[in-house]
Amino acid sequence: MSTQQAVFEDISKTWGDQIEVLEDQYFEGVKVPCKILPEIFQKLRDEHGFNYLANITAVDFQDRFELVYHIYSIPGNRKLLVKADVDHDQPLAPSAVAIWPTADWQEREVFDLMGIRFEGHPNLQRILLPDEFEGHPLRKDFSMKG
Amino acid sequence: MLSTERLTINIGPQHPSAHGGLHVEAVLDGEVVLDAIPHVGYVHRSVEKIAESRTYAQFVPYTARLDYLGTHLPVIGYVQTVEKLAGIEVPERAEYIRIIMGELSRIASHQLFIGSLAIDLGATTGLLYCMRDRERIMDMFEMTSGQRLLAAYMRIGGIAEDLPAEFIPAVRSFVRDIPKMIKEYQGLLYGNEIFQARLKGIGKLSAEDAIAYGVTGPNLRACGIDYDIRKAEPYGIYDRFDFEVPVGSKGDAWDRLMVRNEEIIQSGRIIEQALEQMPEGEIQAKVPRVLKPEKGKSVYHRIEGAKGELGYYIVSDGGEKPYRLHVRAPSFVNLMALPLVSRGGLLQDIIVNIATLDPVLGEADR
Amino acid sequence: MAVDLNKVTNDTELLHKNNILVTTLEKMWDWGRSWSFWPLNYGCNCCPIEMLAASAARFDIARYGYEVFRASPRQADLIIVAGPVTLKMKPILERVWAQMPEPKWVLAMGNCATSGGPFKDGYSILPGCDTVVPVDVYVPGCPPRPEALFHGLLELKKKVASGQYTHRR
Repeated sequence: MSTQQAVFEDISKTWGDQIEVLEDQYFEGVKVPCKILPEIFQKLRDEHGFNYLANITAVDFQDRFELVYHIYSIPGNRKLLVKADVDHDQPLAPSAVAIWPTADWQEREVFDLMGIRFEGHPNLQRILLPDEFEGHPLRKDFSMKG
Repeated sequence: MLSTERLTINIGPQHPSAHGGLHVEAVLDGEVVLDAIPHVGYVHRSVEKIAESRTYAQFVPYTARLDYLGTHLPVIGYVQTVEKLAGIEVPERAEYIRIIMGELSRIASHQLFIGSLAIDLGATTGLLYCMRDRERIMDMFEMTSGQRLLAAYMRIGGIAEDLPAEFIPAVRSFVRDIPKMIKEYQGLLYGNEIFQARLKGIGKLSAEDAIAYGVTGPNLRACGIDYDIRKAEPYGIYDRFDFEVPVGSKGDAWDRLMVRNEEIIQSGRIIEQALEQMPEGEIQAKVPRVLKPEKGKSVYHRIEGAKGELGYYIVSDGGEKPYRLHVRAPSFVNLMALPLVSRGGLLQDIIVNIATLDPVLGEADR
Repeated sequence: MAVDLNKVTNDTELLHKNNILVTTLEKMWDWGRSWSFWPLNYGCNCCPIEMLAASAARFDIARYGYEVFRASPRQADLIIVAGPVTLKMKPILERVWAQMPEPKWVLAMGNCATSGGPFKDGYSILPGCDTVVPVDVYVPGCPPRPEALFHGLLELKKKVASGQYTHRR
């Protein structure tokens, strides 16, 4: 079972300067380019035992979207944060459903409320709002008309 | 012999066992379930967007309306996240009171689980026994916060008010009665042949599927995985208590019931220990009137809610209102397992599976 | 129908004194209906939990005659809208209301059903269920205590017994 140190070393070795290590007192993590997410997830799950994806969410920073993944290893009791930037005008990201099936509804929710499309998702439809709803409410430019 | 037809029927959202507005689209071949697709969103109250226009303190009552059965637990999760974000340390006495309230909430939630499982299976008297016992906990909540169900008793940095004099004797007497209570449920429900036949072997969920689909809480532990956030990543002062984490073996509906039953007993142990160890002292830390956490800081904090991993992700922009607040709801993720456990079973087992996965739609839809 | 026999002042009451009851059929039906509403199993959110507590042994809705919760709208005559009405739920509520046979009544339970409640400025909540169904009684509270729900039901009983309810053909 690899240690947290080994995970960081392995990721840095494989992707070099594309990885930015995030310093945080509560949750260590990395920031990666969006397009290599599937490969990183594959490595984390298969080689380092990160078998549980707890949470996917997105933040609208107005010039970009930031996808946030909180991943845990249940046997090793370790955790890792992965962040990725997504373009604001054409928000498209690769889906993680093939690696962790729990990403199914969580990505649908991000699509529904934030408008980020996930490539490779089997059923990308609205989940919390009715299908005919227009707009993506959690974006900063969506005003609440009450 | 008899020919069957492929049929799609809708269960809910208006349904006696809809658990608050769950819509399940069941595809049937005769009475055998080919697929059971849950649809959520009927109780979507845009809580995450509302959070962006409320201050951190103003948002506290909204969290109680997420998992409304585990009254204090979602509130505790939220205030602990903000305390992490702003670097606030909570006084000892407040921590112990939070533990007591949190575990009482867990017991109340599991009691309603048992009661609503009984009524979903047709044993209507079971609900009355569980509600009667739950009323004792509601009384204790009313003593302290004035509210029975949606008590916003927690504050950022501590507790709203100290405990009244009659609270501790009431808790002690309740905890003493827990074994008697469980024995009553045993005699009324668990020993019943029909109850067992409806639950044993139904809705099996394998451990690999459970982890892959992100199922947490008692549902995960029923599959045999010993993972409880109170032990794996202790928050608050949970590391000071001696308690066991009940784990099932088969992952069927019966195990999911038994795990929760045992958790009631373990919560009773934690409360007893908390009552003994609780010191006198302050109940609220010094918190600025208008709380403005550091700009650019983001925190993800999770607790073991009554249904599973309840997490809050808050991003601060230096202002008095959160820039982004996301709630990781266990019921939302647990419901993904419903098609898995229902396929190949019978129509009646969909109801058993919904009841034993224990979704709370207020939390799932936010 | 207790009448103070010492204060008989008009013909009807004179007849009552001699054990003769005079009324219209409609009034009789209204009187009967008001004593036994059959509520529908409808609710999303926190308010139905208080409704559940109201129907359990401690608060006991059965002493008023309203414990017969029906699962099917075809068999119910009172819909207690407990909880918010979201955009997705609106067509469901309309349909369920249309499926209920006449005469039927609505009791809006809780702040969310009355006006949208704490979620009023959300993008997915209707400001009160009276945008969808005609409401007879509003019971405010978040959530209202079971006793408050009973008060609302008793107010509805008075309304129905006197024949003055909102949705009347």
